[in-house]
Order: sequence, then C-alpha cells, then structure tokens
Amino acid sequence: MNHPEPISALYGQSSEPSTMSRKKIGEVILDLQNISLRFGGVKALTDISFNVRAHEIRAIIGPNGAGKSSMLNVINGVYHPQDGKIFWHGEERKRMEPHMAAQQNIARTFQNIALFKGMSVLDNIMTGRITKMKANFLEHALWFGRARREELEHRQKVEEVIDFLEIQHIRKTPVGRLPYGLQKRVELGRALAAEPSMLLLDEPMAGMNVEEKQDMCRFILDVNDQFGTTIVLIEHDMGVVMDISDRVVVLDYGKKIGDGEPEEVKNNEDVIRAYLGAGH
Amino acid sequence: MPKLANFAAVDGLHTFPRLLFHHAQIRPQAPAMREKYLGIWQTWTWLDVAERVRALACGLAALGFKRGDNLAIIGDNRPHLYMMMSAAQCLGGVPVPLYQDAVAGEMLFVLQDAGIRFVVVEDQEQVDKMLEIRDQASALEHIVYDDPRGMRHYNQAFLHDIHELMEMGRVHDRNHADFLNAEVERGHFDDISVMLYTSGTTGKPKGVCQTHAAFIAAAQGGVAVDHLDASGDILSYLPMAWVGDHLFSYAQALVAGFTINCPESGETVMTDLREIGPTCYFAPPRVFESLLTSVMIRMEDAGQLKQKMFHHFMAVAKRCGADILDGKPVGFDERLQYWLGNILVYAPLRNVLGMSRIKVAYTAGAAIGPDLFKFYRSIGINLKQFYGQTETCAYVCIQPDGAIKFDSVGQPAPGVDIRIAANGEVLVKGPMLLKEYYKRPEATAEAINADGWFMTGDAGFLDADGHLKIIDRAKDVGKLSNGAMFAPNYIENKLKFFQYIKEVVCFGHDRDMVCAFVNIDVGAVGNWAERRGIAYSGYADLAGKPEVLELIRECVEQINADLVHDTMVADSQIHRFLVLHKELDPDDDELTRTRKVRRNFVAEKYKVLIDALYSGKSSQFIETEVKFEDGRRGKVSADLKILDAKTFPIVRKAA
Repeated sequence: MNHPEPISALYGQSSEPSTMSRKKIGEVILDLQNISLRFGGVKALTDISFNVRAHEIRAIIGPNGAGKSSMLNVINGVYHPQDGKIFWHGEERKRMEPHMAAQQNIARTFQNIALFKGMSVLDNIMTGRITKMKANFLEHALWFGRARREELEHRQKVEEVIDFLEIQHIRKTPVGRLPYGLQKRVELGRALAAEPSMLLLDEPMAGMNVEEKQDMCRFILDVNDQFGTTIVLIEHDMGVVMDISDRVVVLDYGKKIGDGEPEEVKNNEDVIRAYLGAGH
Repeated sequence: MPKLANFAAVDGLHTFPRLLFHHAQIRPQAPAMREKYLGIWQTWTWLDVAERVRALACGLAALGFKRGDNLAIIGDNRPHLYMMMSAAQCLGGVPVPLYQDAVAGEMLFVLQDAGIRFVVVEDQEQVDKMLEIRDQASALEHIVYDDPRGMRHYNQAFLHDIHELMEMGRVHDRNHADFLNAEVERGHFDDISVMLYTSGTTGKPKGVCQTHAAFIAAAQGGVAVDHLDASGDILSYLPMAWVGDHLFSYAQALVAGFTINCPESGETVMTDLREIGPTCYFAPPRVFESLLTSVMIRMEDAGQLKQKMFHHFMAVAKRCGADILDGKPVGFDERLQYWLGNILVYAPLRNVLGMSRIKVAYTAGAAIGPDLFKFYRSIGINLKQFYGQTETCAYVCIQPDGAIKFDSVGQPAPGVDIRIAANGEVLVKGPMLLKEYYKRPEATAEAINADGWFMTGDAGFLDADGHLKIIDRAKDVGKLSNGAMFAPNYIENKLKFFQYIKEVVCFGHDRDMVCAFVNIDVGAVGNWAERRGIAYSGYADLAGKPEVLELIRECVEQINADLVHDTMVADSQIHRFLVLHKELDPDDDELTRTRKVRRNFVAEKYKVLIDALYSGKSSQFIETEVKFEDGRRGKVSADLKILDAKTFPIVRKAA
C-alpha cells in the first residue's frame, strides 16, 4: 500500500486539504425505538433507542458483552427483538429476515471472517452480487443467455471493487491462503459488491496491525465519501472510533449509556466509568 | 565511428515525435500500448496513441507550455504518462521523469533544479505530494493528474484531469490546425529529448540531458544486435525515471515499433508477465534468482516421476543447453536428448515463468551468479547482461548472440568506443553520450575529458576476445605491494555467489597478499550442518566449527583456482582468511543501510584481526561490542582460527 501520510494526517480532519468539503449528512434513515432483546432470561439489550442518518459513519462501542453485535444483528434481521420498533426510511419494519436486509441494500461484514476459504477472492466478491442476479438456476448452470450477459456485467462491478480496494494482485488467490488483514479487506469487498446504501461492519479492524488499520480506515472513509454509503460500525480501537465516526452510541450491559458526537461521548461520566471502572 | 544515429535506417526520422507519427501512418491499427484495467488488457493502437499525444500536446500548449520548458512526470508506468513524454517532445519541451516512490522533499530538489512549471502525476497520492511542496517550488504552475480517484474534492484551478487537458487540446487543435505539425517540424535531433536525474549517491542529483540523436542511436544499436522488431512485446514495469526503462519502453519501442505493456499494479507484475508473455524482458538478478527458487521449491513437491524427469533433463541442459543456444557444435545424441527435454521439461518450464516467447532477456545492475545465469540460458532463455549508465543511455556493452561470457558484460555495442585508462578506469565515447548535466558545466567538464571520453568511474579491463569485464568502482581499486591491481569488490562478489557465504571483506591495498574476513550465511550453512548432524547453538558457534571452516576453505580455494586464469587479477588470490564470530550489521555501523560494507570502518574496528592475518598467527582472541535490536549493548568474544588457503602458481603468458 502506498499511503505515505502519517496516521494522524489520515485520521485528523484538520490536516485535510482546506478545499475538501465535508460530506453532507442527511435525514434519519434508520430509527430504533425502545429495542429490547432477550435470550430466555438473559437480557441482551434493554430499551435501546438511537437513529442513523444518511451518509454518516455511526459507531457502536462498549465493553465486551455490552450487546454491540446483538444490536447489529437486530438491524440486520438476524435477531428479532421482543419489544421496540424499527423504522427504515420512515416505515415501520415488521419481522425481517437477513435476506430481506440484503434486498433493502444493507450489507455487512462479520466479526469472525465468514468467507468461502477455498474460493478465490474474485469468486468470493462475486457472491456479493447474488441478490442482483436475475437469471435462474438452470441458466447459470449452463452459462447460457441471460446468465452469460449478466456475469459480464457483474464481473465489471466486481473488478471495480477490486480496483477500489487495491487487491488486484490477489484476484485469483484462494482466500484461505491470505493473511488476516487481507481477508478482512476481501470481506469488505464482498459487502461493497452488493452496492449497499448501508454498510454494517462488525469490528473491521480487530486483530490488525497499525498499517492494516490505517489502510482499512482509509477504505471506510473512501467508501463513505465516494459512494455516500451510510456506515454503522462496531470497533474497539477508541482512537479509530473517535477519529472517523460522526456520532457514537455507547452500550454497557445491554443498556445505552451515551450517544452523541465523539467529543461529547469522550467526556461522558458514565462512559468513562464503564471503560475505566468505578472510582476513577 | 558514426557521429550520429543512423537516420537513413528510419527514413530520416530524427526525433521521437516524428517516429511516433510515422508508426501511426504505417501501422495505424497495430497495438502500441496495453494496460490492464479492471482485469482486462486494454489496447491503444498507434493511431490512438498519436491522436492522444496530439491532443495532450495541444492541451499543454493551451496551458502555456513552451519550447524549452521541462515537464515533470511522476507515477507508475502508465500509458498516459508515456504519452505525456511524447507530447512534451512534440512542443520542443523536455520530459523529466521522477522516481514515484520518493517523498515530497526529495522531489522538491528536482522541481527547483529543473525550474518545473508543469507536472503530470499519476494519482491523488502524487497530487498530495505536489500540494505539500507547492509553496517552495515557486515555478510550479500546473498539475495534471491521470487517475481521478479521490480527486472529487480538489477544486483548485491549477489541477487538471488529463482527459480535460485532452479536450482542451482538441479544441486548440481545431482552432490552430497547423500549429502542432509546425512544432513537430521544428524539432531537431540535437534537441534535448529527456532529462534523467542520477540518483546522486555523491552529492545532489544531477540532471543528465540526452538528445533525440543519442537515445535513437542507443535504441537502434540494441534493436539491431538483438533483432527486435514491430511484432515484439515488452513489459514496462521498472521506474520511468530509470534510464533502462526509458531505453527499452520508450526509445526502443518507438524505433522498432513494438508494443509496451503496463502492468495492473506493482504487485501483479508476475501474473501480468505470464499473461503477456513478452518477447523482451528486463529484470535485476534478484528477480531471476527468486523465480528460480520458487521453481525449485515447487519441484520438491512434485511426484517421483516428474522429479526424476526434471533432474535428468536439467542435467542434459546443463551439459549442452547453453551451447545449443549459442549455436556451437553439439553431438547428435545430446541434441536429440535436448529436443526431447525441450518438449517435456524446458518448454513447460518457460511457460510457467512467462518466458515462452522471450527473444532476449536482460539483466544488469548487479553481478549475476554464474549458475543462475547458466540455468536460464540452458533452458533456452536468451538471458544477457549489458552495461551502461544514465550518461550513456544505458548503452555501452551488450552481449551478442553466440558470444556470451557470464563474467563479462559483453563487447562494445555498435558505434561505441571503449578505452581503459592508465588507472584501470573504463572510458567511453560514442553517439549516445550525454550532451551535458543540466546547468552544471563544471560537472560536465569533470565527467567528459578534453578528448571527449566519458569517464565511467568503473574499473575494468578488456579480455583477449575484446569483452569488457567490470571489476569495481575505480575509487575502490587499490594496488598490492608488487604493483598488481587489487579490486576488492570483484573478489568479494565472486565469493558471495556461494550460497554459504553471505558477506566478505577483502584486504590487500599496499600489502603483499590478499586476506579476507568471511561471514557465513547462517541459513544455508545451518541447513548444511543439520544434514550432517553437526550440532550448533548459534551464529558464533556455527562459524567456529572446524567442518564449517573447511567448507569455507573449499569455496575460497575454488575462487583462487578461478582467479589464476585472469592475468589482471591473478595476484589477488586469497592467501589467508578467517570466519568472523558475528554478522556484520548496519546497527553496528559495519554496513550501510543498503547493506554495503563500510570498508574503512571495518578495517579500523577489527584492526587486531587484520594484524593477525598478516603476521602469520593461527588464531586470535577478539572481543567486540554489539548493539542488540532493543538498544541494549553487549559484548561477544571469540578465539578466531585463521586459515591458510591453497593458492595457485600464476602462469604468465609470454608477451
């Protein structure tokens, strides 16, 4: 990767060229109201409300077991909250399944990489196009007519993603042979191939070294900036979160203890207590 | 000696723009450039390229680019950047390619030195560098970029998308229909065609000004010697600021009319190489080495039958492959075996390496090991070395087909005269010499002597067949006390070709014999020791094992046997040596950061060992301070054995 800038220049908004206009944050597209989620007697989420605006980078943070991934799974339709309402573009969402989320242009990555290890990078990213394919099974199997035309179109999109993420050199490499940081990038690629309007990232930078984190930050900011994609991300690295996100929601033991811009959250007493323990 | 390039051979076309438009006329639909984009090789025909160059040149003119202006070019090998070179030349301007991985501060020097007003860059990364130094590069007026990615929010008026520039140029061209043709007509072969900055290991970089005539002459020579033609393909992946790339991918491509292919990115070069299957390929020795290693490793995993077949036919190739390639007489039986081997092993192997269509492959920049060199030649890849500098368009010596010696850089190229000065320095004269260093008359006068010979700074000699052998930098060459030449690098390089030896430092200046310090390669020797069941605890222990010392002694004696054949260096046989107890390390200031030995520092630090070598002792105790990676300091000590190596009597040929 050729990003010669120091990490501060990458994160810091002050050092951006002055001509660079900040993106415009739109209206609320996802509104979660009083969400509660229980697994038997275990309360994973209790009465949580927050919203996501168009084109913003929204971070969800919190200590281990705070309910961050559960929250993402609720948005994604994997879990179904017992109480609360979810509004998607102003309409109340009924019980939803993950494939419906995909059809609504919500894409995600996973905390533990969930790629097809034996398949090439190209094929893995191609799977991200699945919801956009119209040809039926038989046409695909025979690679005939519509399927053939479609594949060319989809390949074009996939190649654009590959170009965007600068992974041309591993295009044909089986994913299982790649280092962890690159696998994470491929997973982001698969999510991007779906051309999502909202992207859910579950710890995109976990286990990465500084350089890989730096690259990943750059890609997240670029996705947000160039395609206007709304991004909801879970992340542990506070430096990263505070630098790239527009608003942050903080969870602890399934409850919301803070919500606002990074500066606000940083100075929130409850948040400090949750992270550093009582008595500080 | 021809004073100029042979313009008759190219229909009197004596500048690069003329050559370009000529190709667009005689082979409009033939591919001129290819670039892999979004996974697909995109092609520009000569007609396309000529049209774009025309548009770019007119666009530059519309922005105010004038005859004599310098155009900085910064980026990876991209078709548009090559086209920009031609565009600047059309207007009588001078392209100045810069190394794209340099940091902004390093680029600033060139921008200031060359008074750059116009710069064309590849992408946002380079634009940012330019913006960073814009305040200090006061002459800088316009920045053109090729790749618009990430440039959406940059709205400064002096930034131009290259496609906008082309549009601007097309409008200009319509309004001033005769403008560009007239500008091209005004171009003269004695104009500066390109300015390449030398890396400047000593002092600030200098801009080497080369004329159209010089580069056309150099390209013609190379094309003629290696029979390159318009059907060829070359992979253009080395920095555009490097003289070799300018010679192969620009000058030769325009003279011969072959196709240049730009890889997708720096990391995909090996894949792209296989896809394109170039007819002409350049790589530094280490690339050839790593290719060979990867082949060998993969062979280890092959089945029994395949392994047997591979080793059998590689032995055949070793015996006769290189001779067959050189067209020397080889017996029918061997020929038959080689023919069979070609079908079963060599051809598939060349295919795996992406070298099925190779007519000629070049290597330069460092000494290449004889085994490595012979391996490639024996499987039918016409690998050659060449020799040249930025100041000579990388064109001084080439190895002609059929007369390849692995330890020489070849015979003087067509049109080039070589003379060896009294101090052993190689002097060169010919049409490819630089016109001058940019704005540095004193440096020009220093490099070219009164009789017009360019002083290369390399020491070498011509052997009996007129092949040039380069032995060292002239300033490193010393003399033994009997007056014979002593070239430490030459001997050290020979020893370093052994896989067991990592580093060598030779001493001998003003002494009566040559002695050496040796660093073993702990990986290779460790492996060797393991296979023999020799237990060792670490570097120092391994380096002191009698078996290891014996191994190194064999290597040294082999080199001595080799040295004795060259009258010039026969006196430099190594008489005594020792294996150092620690690896020479940049952290201890013994090596530079680029891993070159700091000879004087080492000599000072290990003075006691040198004294022991020359006083005939058989062992010496030494204690050395070392710096660990975490910054702590410690001491290592050892009782080093000093060994004598067998030397061979010198047979002087009767004069």
